[in-house]
Parts: sequence; structure tokens; C-alpha cells
Amino acid sequence: MSQTKVAPKEVGKPAKNFDVGSWLIPIIAVLVAMALAAILIKLQGSNPITAYKSLFKTAFGSAAGIGATLGKSTPLVLSGLAVAVGLRAGLFNIGAQGQLLSGALAAAWAGVSFHGLPGYIHIPIALIIGAFFGSIVAGISGFLKAYRGVHEVITTIMLNSIVMGIADYLASHPLREPDQFLTRTSEIQASAKMPVYAHLPLGFFIAVALAAVIWWILGRTTSGFRIETVGRNRHAAWYAGISVKRTVISAMLISGAIAGLGGAVETLGITYRYAPAFNLGLGFDGITIALLGRVHPLGIIPGAILIGGMRAGAANMQFDSGVAPELVDLLMALILLLVTAPLITRFFKNSSNKSMTSGWGN
Amino acid sequence: MKLLSKRNSYFLFAILATAFFYSKDGDITTSVYATGAAFALPLALAAMVGIMCERTGIVNIGIEGTMLLSAFVAFFVSSLTQNIIIGLICAIFTGSMMGLILAVMAVSWRMDQIIAGTILNILATGLTSFLYVQGKTIPSVFQAIEVPVLSKIPFFGPVLFIHGALTFIGIAIILALYVAIYHTSWGLRSRAVGEHPSSADTAGVSVARLRYINVTIAGGIGALAGAYLSLELVGSFERGFTAGKGFTALALMIFGRWNPLGALAAALFFGLAQAYANQLMIDQVVNIPTQFTAILPYVMTIVVLTISAGKVRPPAAEGQPYEKGQA
Amino acid sequence: MSALLEVSGVTKRYPGVLANDNVSLTVNAGEVVALLGENGAGKSTLLKAVFGLIKPDSGEIKIGGSPIVFGDTAGVISRGVGMVHQHFQLVPVMTVAENLILGDEPKRGIFINKKAAYDEIIALSKRYGLEVDPDAVIEDLPVGMQQRVEILKALRKDVKLLILDEPTAVLTPQEIDELLVVIRNLANSGVGIVLITHKLHEVMAVADRVVVLRGGKLVGTTSPKETDEAGLAQMMVGRSVVLQVNRTEAKRGGVVLEVKALEVRDDRKILSVKGVDLQLHKGEILGVAGVEGNGQRELVEAICGMRHREAGSVLINGVATKDMHPHAVHEAGISHIPEDREKHGLVSNYTIADNLVLNQFDQAPFAKGWIRDLNEIAKNAIATVEKFDIRTPSAFNTAGSLSGGNKQKVVVARELSEELPVLVAAQPTRGVDVGSIEFIHNQLISARDKGAAVLLVSAELDEILSLSDRIAVMSDGKIVAIVDSKDADRNYIGRLMAGLDK
Repeated sequence: MSQTKVAPKEVGKPAKNFDVGSWLIPIIAVLVAMALAAILIKLQGSNPITAYKSLFKTAFGSAAGIGATLGKSTPLVLSGLAVAVGLRAGLFNIGAQGQLLSGALAAAWAGVSFHGLPGYIHIPIALIIGAFFGSIVAGISGFLKAYRGVHEVITTIMLNSIVMGIADYLASHPLREPDQFLTRTSEIQASAKMPVYAHLPLGFFIAVALAAVIWWILGRTTSGFRIETVGRNRHAAWYAGISVKRTVISAMLISGAIAGLGGAVETLGITYRYAPAFNLGLGFDGITIALLGRVHPLGIIPGAILIGGMRAGAANMQFDSGVAPELVDLLMALILLLVTAPLITRFFKNSSNKSMTSGWGN
Repeated sequence: MKLLSKRNSYFLFAILATAFFYSKDGDITTSVYATGAAFALPLALAAMVGIMCERTGIVNIGIEGTMLLSAFVAFFVSSLTQNIIIGLICAIFTGSMMGLILAVMAVSWRMDQIIAGTILNILATGLTSFLYVQGKTIPSVFQAIEVPVLSKIPFFGPVLFIHGALTFIGIAIILALYVAIYHTSWGLRSRAVGEHPSSADTAGVSVARLRYINVTIAGGIGALAGAYLSLELVGSFERGFTAGKGFTALALMIFGRWNPLGALAAALFFGLAQAYANQLMIDQVVNIPTQFTAILPYVMTIVVLTISAGKVRPPAAEGQPYEKGQA
Repeated sequence: MSALLEVSGVTKRYPGVLANDNVSLTVNAGEVVALLGENGAGKSTLLKAVFGLIKPDSGEIKIGGSPIVFGDTAGVISRGVGMVHQHFQLVPVMTVAENLILGDEPKRGIFINKKAAYDEIIALSKRYGLEVDPDAVIEDLPVGMQQRVEILKALRKDVKLLILDEPTAVLTPQEIDELLVVIRNLANSGVGIVLITHKLHEVMAVADRVVVLRGGKLVGTTSPKETDEAGLAQMMVGRSVVLQVNRTEAKRGGVVLEVKALEVRDDRKILSVKGVDLQLHKGEILGVAGVEGNGQRELVEAICGMRHREAGSVLINGVATKDMHPHAVHEAGISHIPEDREKHGLVSNYTIADNLVLNQFDQAPFAKGWIRDLNEIAKNAIATVEKFDIRTPSAFNTAGSLSGGNKQKVVVARELSEELPVLVAAQPTRGVDVGSIEFIHNQLISARDKGAAVLLVSAELDEILSLSDRIAVMSDGKIVAIVDSKDADRNYIGRLMAGLDK
């Protein structure tokens, strides 16, 4: 075995040959999903080719289009990243939605209420506050999972609805824009608005940078190693001296912070205020995107851009071809269905946590 | 049995509280209870889906999606054909198919059951939002039927015996499921498969087959819960129509300890709590923002799970794919 | 009349192992045949072949005169072969009656006919003299009673041949005596019985014939009349070639690990380590011999902080170690090669490199503060793969891709790398190929020579004999004797293991 010469930098990755097959699955899934959706479009009496052409031309055909696409992609990268971090620790955080909402509202509050700060202070503060609230919401689920054994899927989904209710209340009463008919918060201060450079939103770069940081943390740091080990074999993790409870909670805190940041970026960069029904499907899109990107922090970026493009082009598609923008929701569902079956089975196959599901209360 | 066991004392308390309210204002109490029963039924039926699946060891977190898609199909097929019976039948077929898909993923593909269920939920959300069309109507909802004689009993009559056909079907299913689980071969085998599949297997019971059958039938029951919402209780359909009832149902199932009657009691409690909250707001006794009453069921779901975690005992083989010969 | 079961010349080969080598065996109605052999002797392979679960490479199995078809387990069962599993096939939360009727319920209409079920159960238990309470819930019953239900379950299906797999492993002595009476009665009523066991006392008490398997081979057929327990022990353990281990005299130092009055419960909450005292010295290998299931696993897990210590203490150099905290125990100075390497020893979809530092991932040189030093991890991996001869294309392949022996080498390499004062090796060569066995043995010896105190627990008596400086024999949760390996006689140790010569 002495001939084995492998560059040391490959440690930490399952260093087999680049696995073409496993990256082919997401691509095939997207194509098949689009073909299936095309059939449904046809059945509705519209022309799928026109629809798709319009969709992608709007999304990627111009500098402004690409800017809009990246704007739409930003929260998607972050919610996908949030779900991915959870999955790495063996946790299925399907509550990115609620975490995102609380981040969005908190950032809106910070953006409205703080006066007289320069942008380079106001924006980071608002982002951090958003991330903090997202983190708290997810932390509740993490705590209940670690100390009471309540399954995170149920608690995160219930928290989605709870957060939505509370946020609605706050946006329609205490934080409501004064003397306005619409229930929404006031517009954030100019100093809290995130700048756009030549169509390219700042938020997108923050999201990509964060994805890279998470990738680095998971691959290179002891904390990342703890998360990965708990996700793959919690018996071995316990045996190796890793506190499973603490790791579960911190993974949820990180996951929630990322989702909360996603909401904050959306508020500070796109909507400039919080209104009820704030970007509903975002959190669930995160699940699809995370799985489409093979639960890899960098792998989620192309998926997020693709879906972000679809979201950006959907309205124009309806104008051009009459196909409802909800086509994107359907595509997301189909992609998820197609991509998960083979992928998830693979991702968890080698892990010794036989199943994530082992009762509701143990 | 102890006369004042914990369970009996709950019942006693419920009866006393009801009697007290009834003595204060009979009409309103009756109407609150009738509303509570109407709220409770879809939750109870959805909990039956969970019970049927988990008793055989399959975790079904896709109840929400099953209900959503079936409510959708029930409404739009009824609207298209102008016949609510056809709508109902198509909905039940849809629900059974959702169950079958879950069975394929969980039993044959041995996928993680939580992820499999989540896929169903997202699929249902995607399909219903895409295919949703505004402004459709159905000819009528399932009209309230007054059961002769029984509906004339004060209090109990209006609460229990004036409902639409789907309510009565639902109640019949819940009672039948209770009897079936504890008194038939099917129930015995289902419970054995959920608790200790290898002993069922060695006794000649096909674990995979029973799981397939139960999860598929359960999907049909979930469809009934969804159809009840769109064809009887509300008479319309909106995006996100089921509003988390499928998840609340799982908590009720746990609270009811996987027993159909227990889950029914828990659902009634939930339904009543909501009906009372509504009544209090109508009476302007308290002024709680609507958003807070709306999140009540979700908060209660988390609280119930947190309290019962570790105290209740789920079917032992729940969530685990069964491999023959692992003994 | 043809024999109930006829096994002729069955051979089954697995990669690297000859599990059954030309085994023949006949069981007639009304006789009790004991199938005796150590773990890994090929008993369970033979059993699987009888039930049609595996296909023998050669040979034939006949039941009631006609050959069985591979894959037709149901057919075998329908021809009257019943099995009482070591792990009971009972639903713990259900009643005795429910368990007995499961799969073939008496009915009235669509409902279960409870009265008919009760009548049938009472008649059945009267007929065989096995009393049970139909309403009792299984999990509330003592193990012996559960086993009685399990036997009744088999009898309800009109078995002609009843196979009992290690039926006494979990029973108290009194329950064992009762069971032996039941077995005798069943045989007298015409049922053929195969008793799989490694307990000699039971074999002597109840068997008509004894068939001994060792290393997949049938080494002899005898009867209790022709031999005694010592003779059986010798047949079972055999005089197989003692593995070649070059071992110098131990340079014993002071006591490093001290176990005091340790009591531990097993997974079923039954006390399985019943007050063990051990002193492990620097520079020696202390082997713990014993038939499996006599508390060795629980002893090891308790020492290593993986199982709650009910009473007693574990001290390293006089300092008490923490209960239920494997990593703290490791830090205190115990390396541990765990019995279940897949569960505790490895993260199978991590690289070999990461697995090699699993318990030191946050310590220098593998981490500098918060950041893992991938260069050091890689250097360590490449050096270790070479030093321990781990057969893999690269140190960066996943651990899951390795063979059992190489997986174990990864664990051994990691545990030896720190040169801690104590090494606990539990079944270190189980499921490991011959080449790796020798390598692992040499590693254990060299750890000892470097001054480690080694506690070796193994179900393989040969392994214990060839490696140990002292041998502690464990039986029924107690250390029944500690002998110097120079005075160790295989026969004597076998008798101690079997619970004789107390």
C-alpha cells in the first residue's frame, strides 16, 4: 500500500472518483419534471414550449433579468443551506419557512426603528437581528428534540404556522405602518436598504459567501466534524466524546440563523418591508433545493439559481402563455419527488442511524 | 377498574363542565358543542389515518398532503361534474393512491418514512396550487340530515344527530376501526406487525402486504377527512386549505395513545376548545387577536407532544423498515 | 418409517469460511438430539439450511423422507418443523392468548372467537403439561414463562420436529430444570427434538444423542452414556492448532486497572455482572474466557463507560473513572476495541483517515484550535494504512468499503495509536479473516510489550490461550477462577466455562 499517494487536501471528502451518476440524478430529475409539467400545461390548453421559452428568457435573457433571478435566488440559497445544515446533522428542518418569516419581520423592525445609522452599520445589525430570531425559532425545535425527543419535523412545521400567526399579528397591530389601509410594516430606512451593484444584489453575494463558509466549517473545523458525525452515526459520535444533544441544538440554531438571514436579506434587499403572506413557499423550496444540491453547501447554489430564475420569470410566462405562475410550485414538487427517492436512500444508506423516524417520544 | 381513575376523572370533569355551561345558557352551549363536533371530525378522521398506519409500523406524516389533495379533488370534480357523490368517490380514490405511494416508498423502497411523507405533502401543495382555479362552485354541500327521534333529544340531538352524511360515515368509520383493531384478526395482525414484525412474520402474516393494505385504506380515510372539509363543512377550496390539520391529527393520535376512541376524545377536546374560543370572541368577552386563536391548535400540538414524549409508548416497530429474517 | 430429519453431506462455503463441511445428521421421532458447538462452529448455518433459508453448496436435506426445496421455508414449516428462537418471536405488549393465536385465529363471523381461543389454549397446555395464563401480558412474564409460550406456539402447529435454539441461554437454573423436564416429556409424546446449545450439563441431562460441530465439521456423534462432560468439552473445544504467536515472558508491573465489586445489568435489566473484582497489571494480557452471554459484554461496556455501573467502581492508577461517559474513560487512559465496530467503532461513510482520528479529532496535532489540520490527518492516515497493512486503494476511501478484517484494523490502529495505559479488546478478531487475525494478535502482544495493560475478552478459547498471560474465567456473571496461562489446561478451562468445578 505504500504506493498510495494521495494529496493530503482530499481528506474529509469521500474521495472516490468524481461520482458522475450522483450528479446526473438531479439533472435528470429537473428535465423529467419539466417534461411531466409540460404534459399538464398541454392538458390545460397552453403551449409548454412558449411557456418555458418565456420563463427562461425572462430569467436569464438580460442583465436585468439575471439581476432579478439572483434576487429571487438569494433567499433560496439560504433556505436550501439551512435545510442542508440540518440534514448534515441528521435533522430534517422543514421549518425554514417560519424561521425565515421571523427573520424577515425582525429585520423589517430593525430597518424601520433604528434611525441615524450609516448603512454599513444599519444593514449588518438588521441582518444579525434577523438571523438571531430565525435561530431562536429553530432552537425551540432543537431543544425539544434533544431533551424531550419530540420529532423536529412536527415541531418545525407547527412553528411555521405559529410564527406566521404571530408575525401577522405584529404586522397588523404593533408594527403596522401608521395611517395605512394595508396591513404591513412601514418601509425600512434608506440606510437599511441593501445596495444593488449593476443589477447584482448584494444579498446574493452574502448568501454565496455564507454557503462557502458553511462548506468550510463542515469540512475543516471540529464543530463541523461534530455535526457530520452526529448526522452519520450518533452512537459512534457519543462514543467518541461528542455531545449529541448539544450538537443537535447547535445544528438547529445554525440552520435557523441561516434561514432567518434569508428572510432578512429578502426584506432589506427586495421587499423593503414586511407584509403578511411574505414569500410563502420559500422555506419548502429550501427542501427541494437542498436535496437537488445533494445536501452539499455549494451544490445548492445552481439549484437555487435555477428555481430563482423560474420564480423571476413566472409572471412574464403567465403574460406570454397563460400558464399560472404556480407552475413553479408544481415543478418543485415533481423535482423533489424524482430527486429524493434515489438520493435520500443513498445519503442515509451508509449511516448507522437506521432511521430518522423512531417514534415520537423517545 | 377504579371508579376515579385518571381517565374517569377527565370524563367527570367534562360532564360537569358541560352541565354547568348548559345550565347557564342552553342554546349557546348546544351550538358551541355542535360546532366543536364539526371541527373535531376531520381531526379525528385524520388521526384514524395515523392510527391505521402506525399500528402497522408506518409513520404517515403525509396526512396533511393526503387531505389537501383529496379536498381539492373532491371540490373540483364535484364542480366539474356538478355531482358531489362523484367528487367524493374521486377524492377517496386520490387519497388511496397517496397512501399507496407512501407504501411503495416506505415498504418497498425502504425510504425514510418522514421524508416520504414530506414528499407527499409538498407534492400535494404543488399540485393543488398549480391546478387551482378561482370562482368554481359546487351544486351543494352534503346537507345536514336530522336523525329521526334522536335529533329531538335536547343538547345531544343537535350536537350528535344533526349532521351531513359524511359526518355519520366518519363516525361509523371511527367506531368500526375501534372494534376492528381490538376484535378482529386484521386488528390483531396489524398490531403484531407494528409491535414486533418478525413474530408476525414467523406466524405466517405477511408484513409487507398488511402494511400496503393498511396504508392504502388509511389514505382513503384521509381523503374522507379532506372531502368532509370541502364538501360538507366549508363548501369551497382554497390554497393551503387544510391548514395543518394533518399534523395536529398526529398529535391527537399520540395523545389518544393510538386508540381510535382516545384520539376521538382528544379531537373533541381540540374542536371544543376552538369552538369556545370562537364563541368568546363573538361574544366579545375577551378580545384576543384572531391570529392568536388561529395558532392555538399548533401551540397545543407542540405542548401535547412535549408532555407526552417519553410517557406514551408508540408501536415498537414504528418507522423501521422490516427486513425478513432479521429476527 | 423414515427419519424426521435427515441431513446428508451438507457443505456450505462463504467467502473465506467453510461454514459447514460435509455435515450429516439424523433425527428420529421421540428422540432428543443435542447439537453442540462453540460460536461459529456452524450450528446456525446448518439450521438455516434446514429451513431452506440458504442453499447448501452440496448435500441434501430431507424432512419426513422427502427433500426440501431451497427457499420454501413455509413448506418446511408446514411439514411440521417448528423452531423456538433464541430471541423470542412474541409480541411483548400482547397477551399470551393473542400471541398464541396470531396468524391462525379462531373466528366467529368476522370477529375473533375469544372463547374458542381460550378453550384451545387450555386444552393444549393440559396436553403437554405446560401451564400458562392466557390473559397475562407477555412482557410482564418471567423469561421462562415466555419461553413456555413460545414452545406452545410451536406445538399449536402440530410440530413433529421441534428445534430449540440456545433455549437456556436466558433462563435461571430452576427454569432450566423445568425446561429439561418439558423437553423430555415432549420427546416421550413422540416429538423429535433438536437442542442447540453449548452447555454441557444440559446435554448430559436430556440428550439421547449428541452431535458435536467444530469449525464447520462434524467432529463426532456420541451419547451421554458413552462420555462425560469433560469428554464433551474436549470434543467441542478440540485440539485445533494453537495459533502461532511469538510471545515472550510478560514483564508484569504494578496494578493499572482495578475493577471493584462491579455489578451491571444487561439490556433486559437483568443483573448479568454479579460482583466482579479484577486487577490488571502493567505489561500483561489478562484474558477473560467464557461462554458467550455470561456477562463478558456487559463487563467490558461498564469498564469502558458505555453501560451504567449498578454498583462498584473502575479505577485507573487508583483514580475512579466516570460512569456512562466513554470519552471521559478514554481520556482517563483506556483504549477500547469495541465489540460492535459498526455501531461504535466506525462511521462507515467517513474516510479511513477520519475514522483513524475519530476519538482525537479535536486534539493536537489533528486540530489546531477550531480548525482541523487535514495535513496531519492525512499524514497519520497514510502512515497508519501502511503500518497496519490496511488493504485499501487509498486512505481516503470510506471505511464502509473495507472488508471486516480491514475495518477492524482501522479500529485497532486508532485505539493503539495513543499508547494509553490500558487496552480493552472485546472480541477483537470476530468476523476477521485469518491473515488479519494474526496481525491483530501481534499488535496486542506488542502493545503489552510496550507496557500496556491489556484486557482481552474473547469467546474463542484458542485466542485466549495463545495470547494471555493470565486467564480469568467468567461464568454466570462472576469470575470463577483466575489461572496463570502456564498452568492453563484447555480441558480444565472448558469445565470452568461450563460452570463446573466451582
